Amino acid sequence: MHNILANLVSVEWIIYIASFGLILTGLFIVFTDKNLIKIIIGLDMAETGVNILIVAAGYIKGNTAPIFSKASLTPAQMTDPVPQALVLTSIVIGFGVTALALALVVRLYQKTGSLDVSKIRGLKW
Amino acid sequence: MMQYLFLLLVLIMLGSAVSIIFIKDLLSAVIVVTVVSLVASILFLFIAAPDVAITEASIGAALTTVIFVIAISRTRKKIDKQD
Amino acid sequence: MRKIVGLLLIFGFGFYLVTIIGPVVFPSSTGEKASVGVEVLKNEVAEVGAANTVTSVVVLYRGFDTLGEVTVLFLAALGLTLLMKGEKHLQAKLFDESFILKTGSYLLFPFMILFGMYIIVHGHLTPGGGFPGGVIIATGYFIIVMTSDVVRLREGLVSFLEGLAGLTFIGLGLVGLFKPADSFLFNFLSKGTFNTLLSAGIIPFIYAAIGIKVGSELTGAVGNMFFSPYGRQKDA
Repeated sequence: MHNILANLVSVEWIIYIASFGLILTGLFIVFTDKNLIKIIIGLDMAETGVNILIVAAGYIKGNTAPIFSKASLTPAQMTDPVPQALVLTSIVIGFGVTALALALVVRLYQKTGSLDVSKIRGLKW
Repeated sequence: MMQYLFLLLVLIMLGSAVSIIFIKDLLSAVIVVTVVSLVASILFLFIAAPDVAITEASIGAALTTVIFVIAISRTRKKIDKQD
Repeated sequence: MRKIVGLLLIFGFGFYLVTIIGPVVFPSSTGEKASVGVEVLKNEVAEVGAANTVTSVVVLYRGFDTLGEVTVLFLAALGLTLLMKGEKHLQAKLFDESFILKTGSYLLFPFMILFGMYIIVHGHLTPGGGFPGGVIIATGYFIIVMTSDVVRLREGLVSFLEGLAGLTFIGLGLVGLFKPADSFLFNFLSKGTFNTLLSAGIIPFIYAAIGIKVGSELTGAVGNMFFSPYGRQKDA
């Protein structure tokens, strides 16, 4: 019991809880909300959660950022740079996806005059 | 001691994330999702990923808000002030 | 009803995340990196010579992937432009601009451009690089364009810059094919002194090209959305 509590307050567990919480909350908004812009907000949040998860996969407690800013730093003291590079790509692409989705929503609003998914078509219950 | 700071940040982030479910006003929801992005950027900085932190702060917190606000202003039912 | 089904789905997916993904990506307890990361950190200084390891991974080790990413971003911007561009311009009036807001944005604009350029140029030494720097430049442009009626998007200049930057990226990559290494995006320039501005071969030039491309692309895309005639029904 004490072990579980000590784990829960450790940095790694807190980051994982944050990422899982963001993913699940974002997906909940996508599943249940009827407003199209709210759905895109949920997608955006879930994507932030996934990014935190990937970066946390390369995190090692006590290590520094993978930048050789001082000559005394050795590679053993650094975190993994590859997940960070992946997430850098993912964030920029996520913005492109969000922008395209919002453009589609604006055109859909002009066609139908509503942002409500169930009014636009009987897709959701 | 560091983990309690983390806990505080994560509580702020998850609290804002859950509150988006209950917020009806779209503009407020966008501002709250900006808060989520900003706290996520601070988290990235603390888990030794400054590159990701600066990208998340500039894209997630700034430009995403801009494009959401433009989209909301184009999908409002009526214009408040006619001039 | 909708919320209950949503909650059930979330619980199911959360259970999946915790049980399946949780044990897989918990390396921080053991303190071991993945072998790719270890190799990159060990050989990066000798092979590439950039102080920022993330930049060398983004631009050189996974450079082809970055080219694909820039292409995806270009396609997203193209789709947005096709959806939102119209004949007559209609500015989305977000708020009544006040004198303080206008003057403040005029004051802020050059500093934001300068800061974006600094972030781009120092991408191989400090955190940052082409992607965040380009986005900062685009944001600076939008701060000024949202508060003033005078400033307009010069679309010709923006697309010219974007095409030029993309050509620079691909051209620098293609030059590597003619050198002895025979590989796309080969680092053919000399590495220079470690931790100075002109070091790490072609990385600063490629990241500058990426920064200009991302900045002009996002400026063009969001500008097309901002000045688009679509949305907001006429009989409102």
